[in-house]
Amino acid sequence: MSTNHNSSDESGVSRRGFLKGIGVGTATGVLSDSSLHEAKAAEPGVKGPGETAIILRINGENKQLNVEPRVTLLDALRNRLDLTGPKKVCDRGTCGACTVLLDGDPIYACSVLAIEVQGRDITTVEGLGSPDQMNAVQKAFVERDAQQCGFCTPGFVTACSAFVRDNPNASVDDVCNGLGGNLCRCGTYAGMVLAASDAAKEKGGA
Amino acid sequence: MANVAWPKEGDRKIIGSRIPRQDGAVKVTGAAKYSYDVNRPDMLWGKLVTSPKAHAELVAVDTSIASALPGVKAVWVDEELLGEELRYVGQVVACVAAESEEVAIEAAEKVKLQLKVLEHQVVDNDPSLSTGRPSNREEGNLDEGFAGADVVVEGQYGIPVITHCCLEPHGQVTEMKDGELHVWPSTQNVSRYSNQFGDEIEIPQNKIHVDTQYMGGGFGSKFNIDKWGIIGAKLSIETGRPVKIMLDRREELMIAGNRPSGFAKIKVGLQQDGLISAVDAEVWGSGGQGAFRAPPIPYVFTKVPNTRLVGKGIRTHRGSVRAWRAPNHPQGCLLTMSAVDDAAAALGMDSLEFFMRNAALTDRPEVYREELQIAANIIGYRQKAHARGDSGPGPVKRGLGVAIHTWGGRGHPSECDVTINSDGSVEAKIGSQDLGTGTRTCIAMVVAETLGLPYEAITVHLGRNSYPASGASGGSTTIGGISVSARRAATDALNDLLRTVAGRLGTTDEKLEASGGHVHRIDQAGGGVSWKEACSMLGPNSITKRGINNPGESQQEGLISAGVGGVQIADVSVDVETGVVTMNEMVAVQDCGLIINMKLAESQVYGSLIMGITYALYEESIYDKKTGIMLNPDMEFYRLAGIKDVGQLKVHMMTGKGFDERGIIGLGEPPVIAPGAAISNAVANACGVRVPNLPLTPERVIAALQKGGDIA
Repeated sequence: MSTNHNSSDESGVSRRGFLKGIGVGTATGVLSDSSLHEAKAAEPGVKGPGETAIILRINGENKQLNVEPRVTLLDALRNRLDLTGPKKVCDRGTCGACTVLLDGDPIYACSVLAIEVQGRDITTVEGLGSPDQMNAVQKAFVERDAQQCGFCTPGFVTACSAFVRDNPNASVDDVCNGLGGNLCRCGTYAGMVLAASDAAKEKGGA
Repeated sequence: MANVAWPKEGDRKIIGSRIPRQDGAVKVTGAAKYSYDVNRPDMLWGKLVTSPKAHAELVAVDTSIASALPGVKAVWVDEELLGEELRYVGQVVACVAAESEEVAIEAAEKVKLQLKVLEHQVVDNDPSLSTGRPSNREEGNLDEGFAGADVVVEGQYGIPVITHCCLEPHGQVTEMKDGELHVWPSTQNVSRYSNQFGDEIEIPQNKIHVDTQYMGGGFGSKFNIDKWGIIGAKLSIETGRPVKIMLDRREELMIAGNRPSGFAKIKVGLQQDGLISAVDAEVWGSGGQGAFRAPPIPYVFTKVPNTRLVGKGIRTHRGSVRAWRAPNHPQGCLLTMSAVDDAAAALGMDSLEFFMRNAALTDRPEVYREELQIAANIIGYRQKAHARGDSGPGPVKRGLGVAIHTWGGRGHPSECDVTINSDGSVEAKIGSQDLGTGTRTCIAMVVAETLGLPYEAITVHLGRNSYPASGASGGSTTIGGISVSARRAATDALNDLLRTVAGRLGTTDEKLEASGGHVHRIDQAGGGVSWKEACSMLGPNSITKRGINNPGESQQEGLISAGVGGVQIADVSVDVETGVVTMNEMVAVQDCGLIINMKLAESQVYGSLIMGITYALYEESIYDKKTGIMLNPDMEFYRLAGIKDVGQLKVHMMTGKGFDERGIIGLGEPPVIAPGAAISNAVANACGVRVPNLPLTPERVIAALQKGGDIA
C-alpha cells in the first residue's frame, strides 16, 4: 500500500511509518464529558506501535477509543465505532467514498490517521441527517434519484453538503468541479448534478 | 374479482409513475447497512493470501510467523493447492483471521509461499497465441456476397479486458450460532447462494441463513459464493467467531471480475444502396483462465445473408472471466458497428442514413427506424452531421456517431408471498435482491397497484434466502420475474379478501374490486368499505398467497416478453493535437416493454451511458508481459469517469402503444451495450480516422492520426 499522506507535525507519525507496527484488540466507548477531548492523548511526540487512547469528536459527541497509530480515521469510524456511512472503496484517496467533514471541510477519511484528528470536529454522513430528518442535499438526492447501489452516495452527499453550503448559487459547471473528487460506478452523475443544483438553490446543506 | 393482466394505460394509478426509490432515505443518510458494514460482536477480520506470480508451482506454505503474531486466531491454507500450479496473480492460497483488520493484513504478509516460478502468458491481443480449435460459423455464401458488393472494406478493431470494479468489493461476514451458519454476502444471487457451499461444510441447507439487504454493485460479477465465501464459513466454524472477509481494491480489480476482450479482423461488403451483403470476421480474445466465446458478429444485423465468424480463444494467466452487463454484446457491438460504419464512410454514405437502411437486416426494423428518428431529432443530427473528418478550422474536431443494440431480458423464475393482515397492513416477501436497480420499489408499486393502495402502504422484505426463491439478478431478468410473482400473489390475496368481504356486503366477489383505498362494487368506485375495514373482516386470519412466475406461461399471457432494441448517438470533440476526447452530448433511445417506474428506468439508462462512456474512454485492465502482473489495480490508474467527464446526457424511453402491451422486459443491460461503438464512431467522424481499439485514450488517438487518414 502506498500513501498520499504527509507526516503530521502534531502527532509525529505517518501512516507509512506504522505499516510495520503490531498490536491487538481495540476498545471503544462514548464519553459525555466534552472536556475530555483535550485530554492527554493529544500530547506531541511519537506514539505506538501499540494502542493509544484517543478521543474523537464525531457528530458532536466525544468518543473514546484505543487505536494503534497506524489506524486510519476511516477504519476507526467503521471498525471501532460502527459508523459505517463512510465507505471503504479505494483506500488511497481517489474515489471519495470515505468523505467526512473535518472542521466543516470535506476530506478523505482513508488518508488521515485517527490520532491526527483529535480535537477536531468530525462530521460523518450520519451527522448530516437521518432518514426521518434529511438535510436539503439528502432530500434532493432522493428526489432526483442520484443513486443506484448507493455505495458512493454517503461520500457524495457529504462532499455535496459542504459544497452547497459554500456555493449557494452554483452553476452546473461549479457543481461538476465541486464534486470532482468523488467517483460513482453505477453512473448516477446525471441525477447528482440536478440534486446538487436543487440543493444549492435552497442554500441547504451541512 | 381481480385479474392478473396488467392494467391498461389510463387505468394505471402507480405503474409507470416516477416514484423515488423506497430505500433512498436510508442510502443517503448512511443508515443502509451493506454487507461490508455488518459488524458482529467479537468479529474477526479475514485477510487473503494470494499468489504474487502469474504462473508458479506452490511448493510449500509456511504460516509459522503469521500464526505466532499476537491477535491471529486462525490461518487457513488451501492444502489441495500444494504441489499444484497457481495460474494468475491474486489466486487465493490462504487466509488469516485476526482480531483486527490491521493485524490480519500484517499477518497475511507474513505467510510465506514457497514457489517454483513457471513461464507465464498474459498477452490477449495476438491471435497466434490461440490454442485449441477455432470456432467457426458460416451462413450463406461469402464469395458471392463479396462478389455482389460495390464496396469492400477491411479493418481491425478491439476492446480490451475491463474489470467490474464494484465499489463494494466482493466478500461476506459469516457467523456460527447454535449450529447454524449466518452469512451476509455481497451477492446478486440470494436464493441460490447457500447451495454453492456444496460439500465444503457439513451444515444442512435449511440451517444456512443468507442476508443481503444492501449491496454495492455487482454488474454480473457476484453470482458465486467464491472461494472466500467458503473460507469465511470454515474460519467461523473453526474459531467459533464471526469473520469478515472483504477483498481489498487490488484483489477486487484483479480477481473478482474480468470482462473478456475481443479483437477482430472484419471484412464488410456493401451494395451501392448501402445494404450489407457480406461480413467475414475473425475474432480473438481472452477470458483469462476462463473460456472465451466469440462475440456475435455481425451484431444486431442478423439478416446479413452471407457471413462467417471464426473465434479463437487465448488462454492467459490472468483472473477469470465473469459475466459483465450483457455478456459479449458490448464486444460484438463495438466490433460490428465500427466495421460497418467504416464501410459506410468508404461508400460516402451518412451514418444515420446507413443505419436507417440496414434496419431492414435486423429483427425489428420498424422499432429501430423509429428510434433512430427520435435519437436524431433529440441530438439535432441533421444540423450537425458532416462526412467523415471535421473540415472546420482549429485543432478541436467534432463528430457524431451512431450505434444500435439488442437484448433479451425475459423475466426469470420467481416466487413471492403477499400477506394481507387484518389491520390492513400488507407485506411482500421475496428471496430477490436489490442491486440498486430499484427492486424493492418496483415490488411495492406492483402490489400497491394491484390492491388499489398507496405505494407507501406496502412493506417489502427481500434479500433473505428464507423468503420464497427468486432468480439471480442477471440477464436483465429481475424486473420481469419479480413483477409477475408479486402481481400474481397480490391478485390471489386480493381475491381471497374480496370473497370474505362479499358476504358481508351482501354481494358476490365477481362484483367487487379494490381501488382508491376502498373495497367496493365495480360500478360504485368511491363507495363500499375502506381497505382497513375490509381487512378487519379477516379476523385473526391473515391472507398469504404465493405468486409464481413461470416465464413461459407468463409470456404466453402477455405479462412479460423479451427482445428490446436501442439506438444511441454520441457527440464528441477530439483535440487532434493532444488526442483528448471530450463528450459533448449523448442520447439513448430505448424500449423495454411496460415500465413499472419511469424514474428508475431512466436511471438505469443514464447509468448505462455513463458506464459506457467510462469503458469507451478510460477502462483497461493492463498487464505487464514480462512480470505477468496487473499494472493498474487501483482507482488512480484504473480510471472511472467522473462527474465532469460525461457531457450532457438525454434519455428517451419508448412507451405507449406498441410497447406497453408487450409486458415487462428487463432494462439493466441493453443500454450499456452501444456506448463504446457510438463513441468510437463519433471519434472517427470527428477526426477522420478510426481509432481501432478502446479505450480511446489520447495516445491511441494520436497514434491513429499519425498513421494517416486511411481507415483502420
